[in-house]
Amino acid sequence: MKATLGYYPGCSQSGTAAEYDISTRACCKALGIGLTDVPDWTCCGSTPAHTVDHHLSGALAARNLLQAEAAGLDRVATPCPSCLAALKTADARLADETYRAEVERLLGRPGPGPVECVSVLQVLYEQVGAGGIQKHVKRPLAGLRVAPYYGCIMNRPPGLMLFDDPENPVAMDEILAACGATIVDFPFKTECCGAAFGMPRLDMLQRLSARILDMAQSCGADCVVVACPLCQMNLDLRRGQVNAASGQDIRMPVPYFTQLLGLALGLPEADLRLDKLVLPLAPALEAAHLREQACERAREAGHAAKTTGGKPDGAPAKEDASCA
Amino acid sequence: MQTINLAADCDQAFMDAVARESGQDLKSCYQCGNCTAGCAYSQDYDIPVHQIMRLVQLGQKERVLSCRSIWLCATCQACTTRCPNNIEVATVMDVLRHMARRAGKAPERLVKSFTDGFLASVARHGRVFEAGLAAVFALKSGKPLQDAGLGPAMLTRGKLAFLPHQPGGRGKEEVAEIFARFENRTDAAPAKKTGEDAQ
Repeated sequence: MKATLGYYPGCSQSGTAAEYDISTRACCKALGIGLTDVPDWTCCGSTPAHTVDHHLSGALAARNLLQAEAAGLDRVATPCPSCLAALKTADARLADETYRAEVERLLGRPGPGPVECVSVLQVLYEQVGAGGIQKHVKRPLAGLRVAPYYGCIMNRPPGLMLFDDPENPVAMDEILAACGATIVDFPFKTECCGAAFGMPRLDMLQRLSARILDMAQSCGADCVVVACPLCQMNLDLRRGQVNAASGQDIRMPVPYFTQLLGLALGLPEADLRLDKLVLPLAPALEAAHLREQACERAREAGHAAKTTGGKPDGAPAKEDASCA
Repeated sequence: MQTINLAADCDQAFMDAVARESGQDLKSCYQCGNCTAGCAYSQDYDIPVHQIMRLVQLGQKERVLSCRSIWLCATCQACTTRCPNNIEVATVMDVLRHMARRAGKAPERLVKSFTDGFLASVARHGRVFEAGLAAVFALKSGKPLQDAGLGPAMLTRGKLAFLPHQPGGRGKEEVAEIFARFENRTDAAPAKKTGEDAQ
């Protein structure tokens, strides 16, 4: 019963978040997951549609489910949590006959049957798994301290998303740990970054995104790793605006988890497009490399004289654990 | 502090409509405040979300539909996730926003303008045309330079497409048809009728 896995890229992944789409496709290919694009896909409606009308949002999402169904795809993966929420919500609500009737009127034809929609994160976590990923790692992210940031709706509401823990999700943690990265204990995994308020209420976004970056910095992270194009845009592209409001100068990069995964899998830059990040990843990788070298020296010194207990140069005491 | 006259202002039809449109059992809210405690936007709200739930229970239609909070909810789903009585609080906020639109209320004008602009872009292209949306919003918002500083970073990283990314087949037409049927609905809050949505 191996179903063909459909792939719904979503609008952002065709524009500002192209690197998320490129690295997602490359990682899936490298890990043996075949993706078939939903043909002639259109916008899922995202947040704006559901804030205006639930039948409109249902119809915009259902059109894509119909496209998937017509192509024989009964399972569809998308990298974007907002697309995922729109597709899953429509699929769930269509079970109600009254709701379905109005959505079908907007569609002008019968609506889709059930289609299982999942995140690319869930596919990688469940189909390949941390163990499977570890076997493919060619360039471990040794020494890199990452704060996995899931955003609001990757796992919420739990009754709809049905994946991972809604308050303390771990899928991305485990995937990145399998890549050799050190996962910092990040309490803001699911706090809101300001969502789509960047244009209409920049002040709210500045406050919320600054909070997340500040926490990641306090946790000693080299980078915040994301799975959502809107979170990425707010934390990376809008960094100047966020720093200006908070009075801080946080330079921490914000790569997609698929970019770090691809890096660990040894994929070439053309598959990762790290050049599209506004805050460059290179300084974080360099810091990780230096830290790893320091740890290596500390380990060697430890072997030589266990009683001296030398601390690695330039590395704060709390990072000793990653040298173990 | 405002005084509410429960006897005079209680709108039973409003309470019933919110319950029906959201599909939620509003009576089961016992004001624990978990939703407000977890809400990232509480400090921006004029009425905290647990009080909105209470005002709905009391049929306070005018106060609820006129507030700013319902426009500032990001649907982050923390409230729904943490409600001990399994009320989909974020869905209730969504429904209140629908009702406020139908009643012609939008105290957060720019939030409504952004939403309308987004949907107008989808109606026109089948997918969101990010640069077009940003340009139109910049002109209409009255703060045209707010995001101008993002331009150079986007340009140098190839993140600014000057042409819309459109579906190849019938997708664009089908999406336009969905919007056309939606706007012909009698109770619809059309995305195009007001002047600010004409792009």
